[in-house]
Amino acid sequence: MGSVPFFFMSASSILIQFLNGLASASSLFLVAAGLSLIFGVTRIVNFAHGSLFMLGMYLAVALAPMLGFWWSVPLAALAVAAFGALVEATLLRRLYAAPELLQLLATFALVLVIKDFTLWAWGPEDLLGPRAPGMDGAVRIAGLRYPEYDLFLIGFGPLVLGALWFLLRRTRWGTLVRAATQDREMAGALGVNQRWLFTSVFALGALLAGLGGAVQIPREPATLFIDLQIISDAFVVVVVGGLGSIPGAFLAALLIAEIKSFCIGLGYSKITLVVEFIVMAVVLVIRPWGLLGRMPAQSRGPGTVELPLAFPTRKALAALGGMAMMLALVPLLSAGYTLVLLTDILVFALFAVSLHFIMGPGGLHSFGHAAYFGLGAYGAGLLLLKGGLPMELALALAPLLAVCGALVFGWFCVRLSGVYLAMLTLAFAQITWSVMFQWDAFTGGSNGLIGIWPSSWLSSKTAYYYLTLATCVGAIALLWRVLHAPFGYALRAGRDSPLRADAIGIDVRAQQWAAFVFAGLFAGLAGALFAFSKGSISPEALAVPRSVDGLVMVLLGGIQTLTGPVWGAALLTWLQDAVSRGIDYWRAVMGAIVLVLVLVFPQGVTGFLRERFAR
Amino acid sequence: MKLRLALGMAAAALAAFGAQAQTIKIGELNSYKVFPAFLEPYKKGWELALQEINAAGGIKGRKLEVISREDGGNPGDAVRVAEELITRENVSVLMGTFASHVGLAVSNLANQRKIVFIAAEPLTDKIVWENGNRYTFRLRPSTYMQVAMLVPEAAKLNKTRWAIVYPNYEYGQSAAKSFKNLLTQAQPGAQYVAEQAPALGKIEAGSVVQALAEAKPDAIFSALFGADLQKFVREGNIRGLFKNMTVFNLLAGEPEYLDTLKDETPEGWWVTGYPWAEIKTPAHRKFLAAYQAKWKDYPRLGSVVGYSTMYTVANAIRKAGSTEPEKLIAALKGLEMDTPIGPIVYRAVDHQSTMGAYVGQISKKGGQGVMVNWRFADGALFLPSFAEVRAMRKD
Repeated sequence: MGSVPFFFMSASSILIQFLNGLASASSLFLVAAGLSLIFGVTRIVNFAHGSLFMLGMYLAVALAPMLGFWWSVPLAALAVAAFGALVEATLLRRLYAAPELLQLLATFALVLVIKDFTLWAWGPEDLLGPRAPGMDGAVRIAGLRYPEYDLFLIGFGPLVLGALWFLLRRTRWGTLVRAATQDREMAGALGVNQRWLFTSVFALGALLAGLGGAVQIPREPATLFIDLQIISDAFVVVVVGGLGSIPGAFLAALLIAEIKSFCIGLGYSKITLVVEFIVMAVVLVIRPWGLLGRMPAQSRGPGTVELPLAFPTRKALAALGGMAMMLALVPLLSAGYTLVLLTDILVFALFAVSLHFIMGPGGLHSFGHAAYFGLGAYGAGLLLLKGGLPMELALALAPLLAVCGALVFGWFCVRLSGVYLAMLTLAFAQITWSVMFQWDAFTGGSNGLIGIWPSSWLSSKTAYYYLTLATCVGAIALLWRVLHAPFGYALRAGRDSPLRADAIGIDVRAQQWAAFVFAGLFAGLAGALFAFSKGSISPEALAVPRSVDGLVMVLLGGIQTLTGPVWGAALLTWLQDAVSRGIDYWRAVMGAIVLVLVLVFPQGVTGFLRERFAR
Repeated sequence: MKLRLALGMAAAALAAFGAQAQTIKIGELNSYKVFPAFLEPYKKGWELALQEINAAGGIKGRKLEVISREDGGNPGDAVRVAEELITRENVSVLMGTFASHVGLAVSNLANQRKIVFIAAEPLTDKIVWENGNRYTFRLRPSTYMQVAMLVPEAAKLNKTRWAIVYPNYEYGQSAAKSFKNLLTQAQPGAQYVAEQAPALGKIEAGSVVQALAEAKPDAIFSALFGADLQKFVREGNIRGLFKNMTVFNLLAGEPEYLDTLKDETPEGWWVTGYPWAEIKTPAHRKFLAAYQAKWKDYPRLGSVVGYSTMYTVANAIRKAGSTEPEKLIAALKGLEMDTPIGPIVYRAVDHQSTMGAYVGQISKKGGQGVMVNWRFADGALFLPSFAEVRAMRKD
């Protein structure tokens, strides 16, 4: 029951499911094309692309009653394009010289601001748009009813693909864009006005996102959830197709949409939860630069030059030691909520430091670090509840589950680099998430596991705080120490110059793999501490937002500094706690604060301080 | 000497006044920014109740004070927020939560910290059964109860081939499971010919509609809601899936979901819901008038839930004559009270209230969805026996 073997799918049903896939592919392609274009030229991982899609939807729904659906679509797209140009010119332009990935932090802040703006402007309820006038019915295909509008979409995707092809291959603007995609600095040196080019590319990308949203309104309601759903789908399509490749994006959209459609047709609907990430993992393992992508050109921006990590001075070490001592004295002053908040901050600090370990000195950007945090947390819960181990043993052994995950995933990940590597880590994290989410009998499914409390001698807030403090301080110190051991030097050598590192006999991949596993171990430890501090664990512990939080902490603190992630974790956790209490539109406020921090401290808060005091 | 006496008396009077004016603090937490469409009406509901309770003098002269927090929609943050309410704000009772996993995490914390928690919105059966605990009470009729309310209607129609569609997470899974169990008991010949479980919020509606049609069912049971429901309804309407098809859809009669369907509202579906405009009982009339006067808006089901949760807390404290957790538990076990949609009892055996729901069909009137042929289903009649419940609960 439930699954119907393929040969039982009637011929007409196969045809209809194929057409369904084509229609979905067109929608996916529109968003993905814009994202790919923007990344290709500006190297911005535009996290807010889904938010632009959402704006397109809401604008089209709002304009349709006044102007009619067919006018609302282009107008909504143009409005989003104008907004995109504004964002690029006023915000992102200031960040091109900043370290890599910092733009990601800025676009993450935009996601928060746009979401709350949408809520404020259009209210909380889902808005179902009108059907498309003139295409509101169905036609008979193989004896079955098929929506006319879906036929329109099937044609519209390739039409946009053709238009983009023409624009990129047959116009002067397109030539410049391709030149900039291949070698940004060279194009600049030859006198191409980069400012104008970047703004126009970003505006075109935003236009495509807005258009993608607007043409979707006859098929689905505008909701406040759509931004994050779309962004993950779009990323997958872009990466599977090959970054910067528009035909690749089309091919990938087609592949993923058809696979989904036939999974549903054959009765395997549950796998749609994760199927695109499985496809992405398989494609990246076989073709490291996507289906039609090429090995990315080495970027030579000023932001990539990094100072060597200096060993902390005696003074700095003394200050850090003093900090730890002061933290140890806190329970004398307060036994209440301060300890709860500090416990959270310490756990996230360890999580962020472990992420920084592979991201900063390791140079391996991970978008899926929550997988190891979550595996550690689930390890703790499962060992305690299902394994019947005492809490202390469960806490000690739980990180090993994260190590197992990191061993397997890391082996594949270190074979890639840059955004491809980041996306493969994301794919593995999503696959792990879906296993936890789906495996009801063992992991508690979407509800998770509850009743994961520490032993009685650790159950008071003060006792658990001391346990967390000791563990996190010790683990962070160890991670930092390792960075200044030969292992750490070799790791940085591999990041800065893989060829030279290889020439002097460092096995770069093995080094990176080991670092990946080491970081996974400590993320897992943070996860286990987290589980026992909350008493329960659910799939959210390893979902995308947790990984994003980790990234934000590292970037906010300053990726090029040693202690940055700790301050980033403290700042973000404290901000979330303080701002969400009492402020209605707290997400927008959070976003605005992050934006200000990004603009004022492009090197991260710690990086800024270091520069300040180094003078 | 006289002066000192006078000062002393004044101080005593002030102290007495202080005690008099001291409020009873209630901690409330919910995912306001994650599910604003449901939780704004909910908040308006409890704010109305709070205003009424305090206007009537509070409880033995002490006013209630609600300290409301955003829980971020995830268990980790929710537990931290609840800790803050308990330790920093010293609240006497916790109430709130929406999503089941958040509700369960807070319920688990309440058990650990020994504080009473009234779960307002979560639907999961586990919060009162498998994972039920001494400190947690739940107001809303659960997934199981609402499915059980629909099954008698489904069995009456005597359709053989059933297709099932539900969002792929605990709520949808347990709805589908309960439906199959209960329908097979009532109608042993029922067959389940297709089952679709799209990811929550990500239904590929066209493909799902085609896959269901391919199985040639006589009837469909759906647990979809929100954006998934809207997509499913529009695709099904265009593709003609619902022509001459009997459809049962859990929750779809709640204004939160029904109102978004507008002129796509399908005719004749059986649903559970809340036909707010047509309920003429005195209790509901009073509530409706007060709600509309205060908020210039009509109530959603969430408004009734928020309103009744607040009254649950007030009534429990009044009955207990104290905010001591043990006395509150004793008061809540078997607590009888009125709600806008009828009297309820918090069952002593599993801490589940007997709040009911309205069962009926939906129809389109003037471009809007409404419930027709509805009747009230008393929750007390759709709960498993005490013996079954005791077997599920661990305490």
